[in-house]
Amino acid sequence: MRKFLFTMLLLVAANGWIDSALAQEAQTIDQQVNEIFANITGPFVSLIFAPIPGTSFPWIVMWLVIAASVFTIYFGFVQFRFFGHAISLVKGDYSDPNDAGEVSHFQALATALSGTVGLGNIAGVAVAVGIGGPGATFWMILAGLLGMASKFTECTLGVKYRNEYEDGTVSGGPMYYLSKGFKERGIPGGKVMAIVFSIFCILGALGGGNMFQANQAHAQISGIVGNYPGWITGIVFAAVVFAVIVGGLKSIARVTEKVVPFMGILYVTAAIIIILINYDKIGWAFGQIFEGAFTGLGVAGGFVGALIQGFKRAAFSNEAGVGSAAIAHSAVRTKEPITEGFVSLLEPFIDTVVICTMTALVITISGQLIVDPATGLYMTDGSMISTIDGNTGVELTSAAFGSAISWFPYVLAIAVILFAFSTMLSWSYYGLKSWTYLFGEGKSKELVFKIIFCIFVVIGAAANLGPVIDFSDAAIFAMAVVNIIGLYFLMGLVKKEFNSYSERLESGEIRKFKN
Amino acid sequence: MTTTLVIGLDGHESGERVLDYGKRMAGLIQDSELLIVYIVEWSPYSFQTPEENAERHKRREQEISTAFERVVNPAVEKLEKAGIKAKGIVRHGHVADILNSVAKEQNAEQIIVGRSSGRGLAGRIFGSSTSNLVMNAAVPVTVIG
Repeated sequence: MRKFLFTMLLLVAANGWIDSALAQEAQTIDQQVNEIFANITGPFVSLIFAPIPGTSFPWIVMWLVIAASVFTIYFGFVQFRFFGHAISLVKGDYSDPNDAGEVSHFQALATALSGTVGLGNIAGVAVAVGIGGPGATFWMILAGLLGMASKFTECTLGVKYRNEYEDGTVSGGPMYYLSKGFKERGIPGGKVMAIVFSIFCILGALGGGNMFQANQAHAQISGIVGNYPGWITGIVFAAVVFAVIVGGLKSIARVTEKVVPFMGILYVTAAIIIILINYDKIGWAFGQIFEGAFTGLGVAGGFVGALIQGFKRAAFSNEAGVGSAAIAHSAVRTKEPITEGFVSLLEPFIDTVVICTMTALVITISGQLIVDPATGLYMTDGSMISTIDGNTGVELTSAAFGSAISWFPYVLAIAVILFAFSTMLSWSYYGLKSWTYLFGEGKSKELVFKIIFCIFVVIGAAANLGPVIDFSDAAIFAMAVVNIIGLYFLMGLVKKEFNSYSERLESGEIRKFKN
Repeated sequence: MTTTLVIGLDGHESGERVLDYGKRMAGLIQDSELLIVYIVEWSPYSFQTPEENAERHKRREQEISTAFERVVNPAVEKLEKAGIKAKGIVRHGHVADILNSVAKEQNAEQIIVGRSSGRGLAGRIFGSSTSNLVMNAAVPVTVIG
């Protein structure tokens, strides 16, 4: 089976290569890459984002929000009731001192966050607010809060069903809980779902975890130094990624992992400063968010348009229900898998409810979005809201921060590049774990994936934003299709752990080591 | 009652002098035991890559066995040869915190350490592990130069 899949993949790759070689030579490399890419991915993208018949609402967004609501109700609003407990766990209050030296809750959370905090929070939110208006923020926060329950479910399972090898290393994630959990419950099809998930995860790693990042990083750099071909940025990025994941140049990865959290803190601090400078507009901004959430304030598609944008960006940014975080969280050392579930629910909170909201507030308060003074509604240009300098995506966020702190766009550019890089490294790991699940462990098999990953960095930087963002979203959401079906079947197992743990916590059997 | 003395070793050459001093102290006290402690500097709040996390357990085991092999076991053997009761432990964490907590947990009479660790810039800014220990320890600390 593994051999067969491997050969198939090589054939597909070879086929794409020949096609590209035959493409007209008159086009530039960037155009060629873009065209081939859009043609190959088109049908897949349309399927994932197909609207629910009779509406303009993509079914996949509904799928994620319904799942998050189901888990929220099923676990009795765990994200609110155990929020404080989650913070105690991260602080290490419940960590056994004898386990010192193992992966702590804090480390697992920080690693997972560095995979999710990234361009989604900066560029993605700007896209959402740029189309759906400030009202999209309301729906984004709501989706973030609900998504905490999805994350809780998947990360508990990720730790519970991970593989621990004899040499002491661990591998976990949806592919393991789908196959082992289904077997335990006596439900057939777990293995097939695990394989399908792994395929989508590889595509997601190459799409949202790679091409989208490379693409936006290039947009940032060319925004500062002037326009130049994307493949140049691609090759530079690919070389650095190659040095880290193939060459084993751990020092770069370590530096990134240390700098990224500070960039995140710097970003939020800058946002808070800008909001405080404009303290007189805070009330107005929240008014716009609430009013826009239910009326749309003139945006394309009205309030449904705002809702779709908010939900979509939240899901793309915090990845709740997608399954990727379950891979990152599964390395933690704990006797109680559920504790990692509690810790993981902080992730959508930090990512979406805090960081994404900051971006949205800064864009709203900065007045980049043009309001018609006569009607109080936003002026639109096609589906987008008109902005002062016609900026969209990451440039819109940059302009919003720049309007208050003139030098901040430079800091933001560095932050974007670092976020993009750390997200790529995280996703290269998620993709690799899925790859080895399909084809087995082994140096040469791993090398094949790593090289493919680096090639996609170049493609991502060279292609236009449109096809890249479509494919990235589609691939990541496709993971959620399989993962959430699995979560529905396995949530009973999480409930059992949850009940047992809460009882022991209440009775005092589980107690703090630190006072 | 047995008097326990905690000996903090960090693998540096001053360790020999620390050990010699411990030996002499043990000779002066009738019923004594030396507890050799090696600490692998580690923080639960550091940032790691997913790969480092996946391999953490394996690395931790390696770190512990290396510390026993290179530092702790040779020291324990040397003391036992000299007829002194000794045992060794390896822990992860911050040197000053862990030495102090081990001393408290074992009801130790005092802690004996070398002066060498924590030089350089970080040492200048935050103070070395030894000076942190001296400032915060719950039992007397002897520092060997």
